[in-house]
Order: sequence, then structure tokens, then C-alpha cells
Amino acid sequence: MFKRLHLSFLIFVSTFLRAGETITVKGSDTMVILNQRWAETYMAGHPGIVIQVTGGGSGTGISALIAGSTDVCAASRPMKPEEVEQIRRKQGAPPVETPVAKDGVAIYLNASNPVNALSMGQLRSLFTGAAVRWSVVGGEDRRVVLYSRENNSGTYVFFKEHVLKNDDFSDYALTLPGTAGVVNAVSRDPAGIGYGGSSSKTAGIKVCAVRPDDAHPAVLPAEENILSGAYPVSRDLYYYTAPAPKGAVKDFLAWVLSGDGQAVVVRAGYFPVKKKTP
Amino acid sequence: MSRRWINFVSGTFTVLTGLACAVLVAAVAIIFGHVLIRGWGSLSWEFLTAAPKNGMTAGGIFPAIFGTVFLVILMTVAVVPLGVGTAVYLQEYAKAGSRWVEAVRMAIQNLAGVPAIVFGLFGLGFFIEFVGKGVDSAFFGHHLVFGQPCILWAALTLALLTLPTVVVSTEESLRVVPKAHREVAYSLGATRWQMVRRVVLPQAIEGILTGTILAVSRGVGEVAPILFTGAAFYLPFLPTRLNQQFMVMNYHVYVMATQSPDIDATLPLLYSTVLVLLLLTFSLNATAIVFRSRIRRRIRGR
Amino acid sequence: MKSSKPVSERVIEGFIHASAAVAIVALVMIFVFIGKEALPVLTSPAVRKEASVAKLFLPQSPGAGQPAKFSWQPVSKVPKYSLWPLFVGTIKATLVAMIFAIPLALGAALFTSEFSPDWLKEIVKPVIELLAAIPSVVLGFLALIVTASAVQRYFGLDFRLNTINTGIALALAVVPIVYTVSEDALSAVPTAFRQGSIALGATPWQTAWRVVVPAAFPGLFAACVLGFGRAIGETMIVLMASGNAAVLSWNPGDPFRSLSATVAAELGEVVKGSPHYHVLFFIGVLLFIFTFLINFAGQQFVGRLKEKLTGAR
Repeated sequence: MFKRLHLSFLIFVSTFLRAGETITVKGSDTMVILNQRWAETYMAGHPGIVIQVTGGGSGTGISALIAGSTDVCAASRPMKPEEVEQIRRKQGAPPVETPVAKDGVAIYLNASNPVNALSMGQLRSLFTGAAVRWSVVGGEDRRVVLYSRENNSGTYVFFKEHVLKNDDFSDYALTLPGTAGVVNAVSRDPAGIGYGGSSSKTAGIKVCAVRPDDAHPAVLPAEENILSGAYPVSRDLYYYTAPAPKGAVKDFLAWVLSGDGQAVVVRAGYFPVKKKTP
Repeated sequence: MSRRWINFVSGTFTVLTGLACAVLVAAVAIIFGHVLIRGWGSLSWEFLTAAPKNGMTAGGIFPAIFGTVFLVILMTVAVVPLGVGTAVYLQEYAKAGSRWVEAVRMAIQNLAGVPAIVFGLFGLGFFIEFVGKGVDSAFFGHHLVFGQPCILWAALTLALLTLPTVVVSTEESLRVVPKAHREVAYSLGATRWQMVRRVVLPQAIEGILTGTILAVSRGVGEVAPILFTGAAFYLPFLPTRLNQQFMVMNYHVYVMATQSPDIDATLPLLYSTVLVLLLLTFSLNATAIVFRSRIRRRIRGR
Repeated sequence: MKSSKPVSERVIEGFIHASAAVAIVALVMIFVFIGKEALPVLTSPAVRKEASVAKLFLPQSPGAGQPAKFSWQPVSKVPKYSLWPLFVGTIKATLVAMIFAIPLALGAALFTSEFSPDWLKEIVKPVIELLAAIPSVVLGFLALIVTASAVQRYFGLDFRLNTINTGIALALAVVPIVYTVSEDALSAVPTAFRQGSIALGATPWQTAWRVVVPAAFPGLFAACVLGFGRAIGETMIVLMASGNAAVLSWNPGDPFRSLSATVAAELGEVVKGSPHYHVLFFIGVLLFIFTFLINFAGQQFVGRLKEKLTGAR
């Protein structure tokens, strides 16, 4: 019995001991693979640093940043004024926002769908439930099955603000917990349409070309279209830090924005951001 | 009504209920068989001992196995003393028919009916936000040590969830112990605790084991209580301290099935993880079923 | 026997008495701590501006001049927190699950306890009880990956993630409880009852239906109540296979969003202290109260039924 007490006492005491320099990155599911790649590459070149990556959605990362339980928050949407205010109140200074990559939100269609291009207006009417059958946008006469994201995903918020122009999603929009979930679902559903980060590749789906309006051509989310702004559904991906980054976190951030870091961005399927002094 | 008609109707219903049995047996067999066929191929020593690689399209599930085992051990350490203590109280110490005993029994029954997600909310609202943050401000000067999701709180949450299982099972086997044994112990001058410890509990071991095994099986399988109390999908380290997060097999299955970047590539590994999970829970439950039927046979035998 | 030190024995007996209190204390504390986080929905003016109880239950207009409807869309320019789509979804899925589960579980229990020879019962009963060993996350996984497409094709449904498919998986989760408790109740009926009936010339089925089942009725009812409670609270299966769409519809071919799945999906990503956070805890309180009432009512009903049927407590 005393041995067991002794052991539990040791376990309790050992929680006081620190392990070494750890950086926590928490937040966007869209960015989690990118974060992991950055973490792996950086850790390989900087022994002694451990980078811990978790997802959970942009909302989770921001809550963690407010609570102080993460060093870096990865977000696929900018922080809301109320969230900035909460950090300002807790820490005395607003969070530091660093765009670290660009992402095009792709519209995914099943490979067998005759539709190949849609306008922003059509996307809006499909996802708000105004248009319920594919025939309305030039497809077959069957029910449109919408695949959306959970409501605190940064991608969800971005899509709602920029494509739906703040209208509500249709009640019938099925919600899935990640871009991968959306892509998988669309690949199995000929009547499906979904949206998500543009870096996912799976058999059975194709990416829809999007027209900003009827005056411009429909373009795919390729690098030139995103960097030039021709693809209307693109966004910045952010790293938020609060308090302002110093020490190991600052070095990591600087590396992420460097040529090496941005090369990882391209390898992960995203697009480099124009360099900004942090 | 003619005899022929009665026999026909009776026969039909007998067959229908037999069909219900057959459907359920087939369901178990098909589920297990399907998972076995699809999962056996990727099951290898490397799978069981390596960490996940490449966004879970390669590598193994060792951290998840480690996390499951660590979590369940912590949970068992918490739930078995509590559950056995409660059962011993109900059977040996309480005055039969008292309102307090009825209340405790009702509480156990109601605890068993509380949805798993509500336990998860409780884990978050009580263990993490109240106890954890309280411990932090009292001992760690507002640094975040225990006021966050971690394996300690997840284990305690699971312990509450599985408490009724241990209590019910232990009580069942305590009831089987003949009254005469207790009376003999008293007549030899034993105190109540001596009697319980040396005469009753050793005979109730099967029930305690059954309850523990069923609790462990539940702890291995439940995801909802640990969603907000510490389960994580990918950690570059194994949890060695009580205030760390952890990976577990069941949560891993959930994330891989719904968020894997390439479901077709992950599917074989997903099936293998499910297979390991099923082998674990099936063998645990099968053992418990054997124990329980032995206890029941002893009840009926007298 | 040497008498042990009274101190250590008193400590242990103190522990035993204390652990008995844990169950009651835990129940109370669950209610208190979840209720504490849910209270702002009733009391805080800031929270009530966005999500008052009225807003949770009465139809809300999504914007100026638009017709009022029940909508769950908490992340929005105008956040909407109507609980009705979630309630309807939960009840709908539970009903579908019970439609599949009750006949199967009760039928199987009847067969193993009344009609099957003992050797068959020894094989079949443990196998059916092994259904309980399948974690719900595995059932959800199988529903999503294996049966969804087949069910969609068979019923000709628009949606691959729908209520019927989820209901079948839910039924598999509910059957073990209903089966075990019913089987216990049926086996508990004294053999004399059956022997008397057979002596009077009844077939096994007539005996079962007219003698055993009425005698075991309280236990059978309790089994169904337990199954119902389990289905209402089930989270993982619904999270994976239902589509999580907050649709207010009774059509079993439609996707749905349940109360527990909503909490599971949204709590991890919500800002602590926001109205959304408090509403999710409010849903937790509702789930707790609902299952508590179901269990309590079930116990009372069974108790009273037992009194009526046996003439004594």
C-alpha cells in the first residue's frame, strides 16, 4: 500500500517538472496538416524544440489563445472584434496577426456531375437552399445535397460571409467535421456539392470553376488565380500570437515566413503569402 | 378455434422470434467478420508498435494503444474502490429498507441512465473548470497546469460513468454469499469489517472482476466523455504526466473516419484499428459474460 | 481472531460509508455544475438578448420582414438558437431506432427464454450480449462507411446520411440493453406458471404470450424505457451518420441533428462564456432532466405495476 502511495506522490510531483522548450499550435482544421508539416520540418532542423499541433477548428484555437493555453493560434478566418477585445482585456495588448499562407476555398463536385462552373450568385442560391434541384443551375433533375462544415469552422464563417453574403445556410446543409469529410462525402455522392480548403485531392471529385459574376470567366483555384485575385473565393490563413511573440515562438514564426517555410506551404498544397514584416 | 389454427399461429410466432434471434446473431457475426476481413491485412507488429505517419495513411497506432491503456488503468484505480465500497455498504452496512439506501440505489440507477455526453459536460464544467482551475490558483499561481483537458480528468469522468456497472456487479455476487457464513464469522467474534474482508469479499471476487471488466470495456469504447476532457488526434509525445492530453483508439477511429484527408488510403488502417478495438472489447465482454453466468448458476443452484 | 486496530478499521468503514454517498453526490453535482453554466440563459441579460428561453422555443424571424421559423444557426449575423429542429431530430431518430430494436430484442428474448432448447440458449444468449461489446463509435463508422450507400439505394433516398441508416445503427446499440433486461425479466417468472399452462394444454407460444409475458411485463417495460433513454442520449453514432443537418422534418429519409450530437460537435469550438456556450450547457441540462425523468417515471411505473400484478411490494 505504501508503494502505491509513493508512486502516486512521485507522479504528482513530476507534474511540476518541465520537459524542454515546447511550442503549442492550436486551431484551424484546414491548417492542421500544414501546421504538422511546418512542425516536422522545423523540429528536424532545430533539435530541443518540440512543437505540439492540435486541430479543433479556428474557434477552438482562438478560445485557447484567449485562455492562454496555447502559444500560437492557427486560424482560417480573421479574429472577430469581440475576440480581439477579450485578448486585449486579458493580456493588456491586442493579439499579433500574421498571415502565413493563402488558401483558395474550393468548390467540390462529384466527378460525374455534368456541371463544371458556377457563378457566385448560383453558389449562393444553392447553399442557402433557394435552389433545391441541380436543373436550376444546368445539371440533372435531382436534389442538390449540400455538404457544409460545422458552424465554428473558420471555413464555414468565411463561406457564409463571402459567398452567402451573411445569409443563412439551408437547414438541409449536412455538416461535416473537416474539409476531408466534405471531400469524402462528395466523392461518394453524385448529387453532392461541398466546399473546403483547396489542398485536398481525392479520386471521384472535381473542382468547380467559379465566376465572380457573369462578366468574368470562371476560373479554378490555381496559384495564379489566387494570387492575382481572379478566383473570388480565396482567403488568408493566419497565425495569431498573444502576447507578442518572443524567443522560440518568434524564431518559429520568422522561419514560417521565410523561403524555407513558404516552400513547405507550396508542398502542402497552399499558396505562399507575400512577405510581411512581423 | 381449431387446434390446427392454434398450432399454426403458435408455430409462426415461435419461428418469428427465432428469426429475431437469428438476425441479431447474424449481425454480430457479420460485423465482426467484416471488420476481421478488412482489417486483418494491415494488422502487423509494426502497426501495433509504430506511431501514425503521413496523415494516418501509414504507420501504426501505438500512441493510441498506450493512451487507451493508461486512461483505463487510471479509471480502474478510481472506480473499483468506489464501486466496491458502495456495493459493500449497500449489502453489509446499510439498514435494509431505509430511505437512504433506497436513495443510493436510485442514484446508481439514474447515474446509469445519464447520457455519456452529459458526463463529458460535467468533466468540463466540474473537473476542468472548477477543480482544475481551483488547484491551479491554489498551488500553481495561475499557471495552467490542471485547469485544462488532460488524462486525469478524463479518467475520473469515465470512472463516474462506469461506477454503476461496478456497483451492480459487485452487489450481485455479494448477495450470493450465504447468510450463514456471515453469522458464523460474527459468532467467532469478528467485527463487521473483519467479516466482510475475510469471509464475504473473497467469495465476491468474481462479481468484482465482472464489474471491473465491463467497466474497462466501456472505458475503452466511450468517446463522448473524453471529447472535451483530453482526447487528442495527434500528439508528438506519449502522455507521461497526469496533466497531459492523450490519444486513444476510439477517438482515433472517429477522426480518421470523418476527417482523414484521403479516406481510401486510410481505410485499411482504419479497419485495423477497429479490429484491435473490437478484439479488445469482445474478449473483455466475453470473459465477463462467462463470469456472470457462473455467478448466476450459483444463485440458481440453491 | 486477533482484533484489528480500531483506527484503520474505522478509516476503512468511513471510506465505505463515504463511497456510498458518491453516487448521490455525483448526480447532484452533475446537475449543479452543468446547470451553473446553463443558468445565464435564464438570468444574464447579455445572454438573453441573443438566446433567451423564448428564443429557444418560439419561432424567430431571421431578418427584417421575413417569416418566422425554427432555425438552429448559432453562428450568424443574427444568431438563431431554436431547439425544435434538434428535439424533432432526436425524437425521430429514437423512434426509428425503437421500431427496429424492440421487436428484435423482445422477440429474441422471448425465443431464448421460452422456446429454445437449453443448449441453443447457451450459445445464442452470449452472442447477442456481445452486441454490447461493440463501441458506438464502431457502429457509427460502419453506418457511415458500409451501410449508408446500401440503405440509400434500397429506400431510394435523396440523402446518403439520413435517419433510417442512423436509426438502424442506433437500434444495434439499444438491442443489448433491452434484450438483457427482458431476458432477465422473462427468466424470473417462476417455472410453475409455465408448467401449469402447459398442463392445461397450451402451446409454448400461448404460454409465453398469455402467461409469461404479462407476468414479466414490468421488467419488459423497464427494458424498453432503458433502451429509449439510451437511444436519446447516444452521441457518436449520430455524430458520424446523421449528416448533422438541423432540419425540422419528420421524414425518416432526411438527415437530422440531435441534441447530444450538437453539444459534441460544437462545444469544442465555442468561445467560453459566449451565449452559444451557455446554450450548449442548457441543452446538456435538458438532456439530463429528460433522461432522469424517463428513468424515474419508468421506475415508478414498474414499481406500481409490480405491486398490482403480485399484490405485494
